[in-house]
Amino acid sequence: MQRLTALYQTTLGKKAVVAVTGLILYGFVVGHMLGNLKVFTGNDAAGEPHIDIYAHFLRTMGEPMVPYSFLLWVARIILIAALVLHVYTVVLLSRRNHAARHENYADPRYSQASAPARWMMVSGVLLLAFIVFHLLQFTFGKIGGAPFVEGAVYANLYHAFHQWFFVGLYVIAMAALALHVNHGVWSLFQTLGLDNPDRNRIFRLLATLSSVGLFVGFASVPLLFFLGLMPSPPTGEAVHLTEGVM
Amino acid sequence: MKLHLRIWRQKDGSSPGQFGEYDLDGVRDEMSFLEMLDVLNEQLIDGGEEPVAFDSDCREGVCGMCSLVINGKAHGPLAGTTTCQLYMRHFNEGDVVTIEPWRSSAFPVLRDLIVDRSAFDRIMQAGGYVTLHSGPKPEPNSIPIEPEVAEQALDAATCIGCGACVAACPNGSAMLYTAAKVSHLGLLPQGQPERYGRVKKMVDQMDQEGFGACRNYAECEAQCPKEISINFISQMNRDYLKATLSEPVDRRSKMSSQ
Ligand code: SF4
Ligand code: FES
Repeated sequence: MQRLTALYQTTLGKKAVVAVTGLILYGFVVGHMLGNLKVFTGNDAAGEPHIDIYAHFLRTMGEPMVPYSFLLWVARIILIAALVLHVYTVVLLSRRNHAARHENYADPRYSQASAPARWMMVSGVLLLAFIVFHLLQFTFGKIGGAPFVEGAVYANLYHAFHQWFFVGLYVIAMAALALHVNHGVWSLFQTLGLDNPDRNRIFRLLATLSSVGLFVGFASVPLLFFLGLMPSPPTGEAVHLTEGVM
Repeated sequence: MKLHLRIWRQKDGSSPGQFGEYDLDGVRDEMSFLEMLDVLNEQLIDGGEEPVAFDSDCREGVCGMCSLVINGKAHGPLAGTTTCQLYMRHFNEGDVVTIEPWRSSAFPVLRDLIVDRSAFDRIMQAGGYVTLHSGPKPEPNSIPIEPEVAEQALDAATCIGCGACVAACPNGSAMLYTAAKVSHLGLLPQGQPERYGRVKKMVDQMDQEGFGACRNYAECEAQCPKEISINFISQMNRDYLKATLSEPVDRRSKMSSQ
């Protein structure tokens, strides 16, 4: 612990914290995207959408060893801590960088810095705003015209994504995610000192594939709903899920 | 060839600077960029004006003194070239050429295009040394070194300490320079005894000088006249993390059983 706090005092240490928390958040979005694909797998024999069952499973996993929602909350706490550290540390570093280069050139030219790298702060701020919005909409159910029913994931998605502005917003946010991951997933390995010429191509390939894969995987959900390619939710599905969620 | 030059003029560190505009005729293809400035200065002196102050020494690309940002790029438009080795044949009749000093808070402007790069010297002093015996010359080849490793160390050692990496970095980071210096010693057997202490001291000094934090843009590598690889930055990150997280702090205290 002493070593960790000492490390955090230095710029390289702070960068390592951004890299590790970034890796945690990256792991989460990949898992989230894969989980979302359950939207496309239809309903079980009882007519309940797979995605609803999956959402319920996330709350009951580990039972009876651990109480209801316990593991979900562990994951949530880790993710919130990672996000807060990630953002806070980036703000500190970015202030330092502005101070280090307070005057710019008359006509600065870039030779190699990629656009996603230079737009990290913009894509990051967009993502942060999106996270707040997304939680308000689909976790707390505070946004959206249609009635929100906790646990009725499929129905909630179905209603929200028949409105063009939500679809547009989600697609834009996922574009920001794609940009952020495109640089971030390579950059974190470089910061942690794991990149070298032997591995460089594979890390960069991972970053590119992740960015494309996350965009396609995430954006397909709102788009397919909007294009009317998804079946309507089974009626009365909310009845199955009266036990509390959250 | 006729050029229009926009050159940063600043009396000293405490006065504000601004661009001066100059027309220069008679620039020949085979002149180096610095020779072109020499010609301009002769003109200025003849006309009773202050000449433009700029740094140079060897003028053959090895000392690291020359330091100009030309049209937004450190050491000008050509990759792998110092300003002194940049020839005027790469410019065209009527070009507008903007010339600025390195921009970094850790490199304050002293006058016109000259900046104070002693921050680099202090990073070097903090840990850029090895302990060797003095006295009679040792047997050559008495320390075996893997040739590939020696080559890599030499790649790092080609850094001339010019500071273009800092000038090129939109984040004002000195990672490439520090990494080159840490690595060229850290890779060789002679550099092993101080390896982890060195990276710690040099990076901490780099922080103290107020350089920015690396965002892995790799602008430094692209604009470095010696094309030092960002691979060295990764190596330095690795050594630094190891030095702070796992190198023993207390090697010799007594331990108890439990
Ligand atoms: S790393 Fe390259 S740009 Fe930086 S000081 Fe060394 S030679 Fe100059
Ligand atoms: S003057 Fe020595 S490197 Fe340019």
